[in-house]
Amino acid sequence: MDDLFSDAARQLLADLSTPDAVRAIEAGGPHQALWQAIEDAGFADALVDEASGGAGLGLSDVFGVLELCGSHGLPVPLGETLLARGLLAATGMARPSGSIVFADADTGITAGVACPLVRNGRVADHVIVARGDVLRLLPTAQANVAPAGFPLDAALQWVDAVWEAAPVVPGTAQALRTLQACVYAAQLSGALMAVFQRTLAYANERQQFGRPIGKFQAIQHQLSVMAEHAFAARMAAQIGCRSSTATPERLNVAIAKARTSEAALEVAGLAHSIHGAIGFTAEFDLQLFTRRLHAWRQAAGSEAYWHDVAGRMLLDSGDALMLDQLRAATDIH
Amino acid sequence: MSALDSLALTAIPPEDEALRAPVRAFLAEALRDVPAHIRAKSWSGYDPEFSRKLGQQGWVGITLPKAYGGGARSAFARYVLVEEFLNWGAPVGSHWIADRQSAPLILRYGTEAQKQFYVPPICRGESYFCIGMSEPNAGSDLASVRTRATPNAGGWLLNGQKIWTTNAHHCHYMIALVRTSGTTEDRQKGLSQVIVDLKLPGVTVRPITDLSGDSHFCEVFFDNVQLAPDALIGAEGKGWEQVNAELAFERSGPERLFSSIVLFDQWAAYVRTPAGRTREAERLAGKIVCQLAPLRAMSVAVTEKLTRGESPLVEAALVKDLGTGVEQLIPAAIADDLFSREQHQVPLELLQTLNYVTHVAPSFSLRGGTRDILRGMIARGLGLR
Repeated sequence: MDDLFSDAARQLLADLSTPDAVRAIEAGGPHQALWQAIEDAGFADALVDEASGGAGLGLSDVFGVLELCGSHGLPVPLGETLLARGLLAATGMARPSGSIVFADADTGITAGVACPLVRNGRVADHVIVARGDVLRLLPTAQANVAPAGFPLDAALQWVDAVWEAAPVVPGTAQALRTLQACVYAAQLSGALMAVFQRTLAYANERQQFGRPIGKFQAIQHQLSVMAEHAFAARMAAQIGCRSSTATPERLNVAIAKARTSEAALEVAGLAHSIHGAIGFTAEFDLQLFTRRLHAWRQAAGSEAYWHDVAGRMLLDSGDALMLDQLRAATDIH
Repeated sequence: MSALDSLALTAIPPEDEALRAPVRAFLAEALRDVPAHIRAKSWSGYDPEFSRKLGQQGWVGITLPKAYGGGARSAFARYVLVEEFLNWGAPVGSHWIADRQSAPLILRYGTEAQKQFYVPPICRGESYFCIGMSEPNAGSDLASVRTRATPNAGGWLLNGQKIWTTNAHHCHYMIALVRTSGTTEDRQKGLSQVIVDLKLPGVTVRPITDLSGDSHFCEVFFDNVQLAPDALIGAEGKGWEQVNAELAFERSGPERLFSSIVLFDQWAAYVRTPAGRTREAERLAGKIVCQLAPLRAMSVAVTEKLTRGESPLVEAALVKDLGTGVEQLIPAAIADDLFSREQHQVPLELLQTLNYVTHVAPSFSLRGGTRDILRGMIARGLGLR
């Protein structure tokens, strides 16, 4: 089932999420047609139970699709929407049409609701906002929008009346961030593999000193290190999605997001080192993916954030052997 | 490359997982009074009495056929056993190599008589093997071995020298990669594997003291050692292929993840005390967990490939290079954590364990193939060579 799902998504994203399309949307062009095509294909309801009109899949079934969102640099938030709709369906809430992302509100602001950094906020239709420990589903159409960070991100602000009128989503800020980190870890896995494959291909093509640079041992070893990181990060991201429901385990997500974020830094650095100046140009596609490695490393907590989470869980557990935490995170039954 | 996305989370079958509880109970009892800095030696720890006890439990040669004294269980059963041995720091060095690779090699390439003769004592935890690969001028460049077995009326006449042979001074037999025809210029051609009884006349074993003060590896000299015709294991001239098949088993196991784990758990116990707990230590503990968890899942997934008869050499090289990296990070980062504190009253046992693991850590990325060799193998798997 999940393979059929991934195969369908692979074709659609290859056709629609092309480097040109990604560039156009990043530059401020319209994103609605791309979103509508994805919506029409039915991908966004994969985690919604069948009784509510979805596909009734679990996180482990959609890992492949989340990975593809990463490897195609998809410039609309399918990953977040998948998990958000799963969450809304699981809590018995109505699901709005359009895309949904996640954000924290600045709790220091009391007049209105301000989210200084909404990942994909510029191309989303709704945001589940955590303000303290209250979660509400807010429409971006009623927000004041300003640029923030990555070209697809935005700072969003709503007046109090919109907040008060918005439906409450059962849950906690912590659970919301865990969901978001699960998405970004899987997307990082896909982007890491894309950056690695592009760099490998470039090393085989680019000739210097009369031979492809991939024939030099120094370059071979750099590519081997990139392969190791992409390989380990992919397994970590699978651990993050190791659930037959729409809800991940926090320890598993900590492992996934921390390891993929560590890999992002290493792989992006090595990719640019091997590509040389051409990889630094706007025209060459590598940058579409390496900029995402950095943005997604930051999204929903960097490696240190999740190291803290995993470390506290280990130390607070009664387990004398670290092995028992590893087993809890990786054993499947 | 398909190897990079070929591994999925893999279940350990319940019947194999069921071994964990009895093994754990056995180890908790057997190792109750052994301090951490001794347990940290783990698969370098030599203790024949312990090996025989494991043999009595049926925990040596667990994957080998019953006809030869084995347990006829899957590679997952061995995975569970070995994972527990390593995490508890059990002294499994005596039988380790015989169990991991010598007995499987004899079963794969040996004659019926060789199987009947060598394998049952291995399964009893009584017969220990070492691997004769490296020579003074053949380390990473293994194909340049010069030790030679020349056919003669009595079988083979063995002359030459091996070095860095782990546990040779405690072993009964060596499986040696030797030249049986041609010259060193012929490289991989003309190499064969022979089983050498280390008690034979003309064999001299000299332990080499390592930087920690232990003598776990040796020089072994062969001066006109007369081997019987049946010392040859497998086909004459096929030594290179046989050695490479062996290496997939050698590189992907949990011993490439858990060599520093006794130190980690000892440190974590200290960090759990009120005096030991800091934010920096929490972060470090998390970093190690987050690096080891995917590696453990990868090692289990590679085990599944081995059960299907595959030889996942590239995956094994990826796991080993990454795994030994974490094994070496653990002592380095723990030392930094402990000695970044204004006041430190680190328990003596933790200090001694840290000291031991710090000393032996360089060997983690030497034994079984150096980093550079592994990265070269990965590059070959990527199609770059």
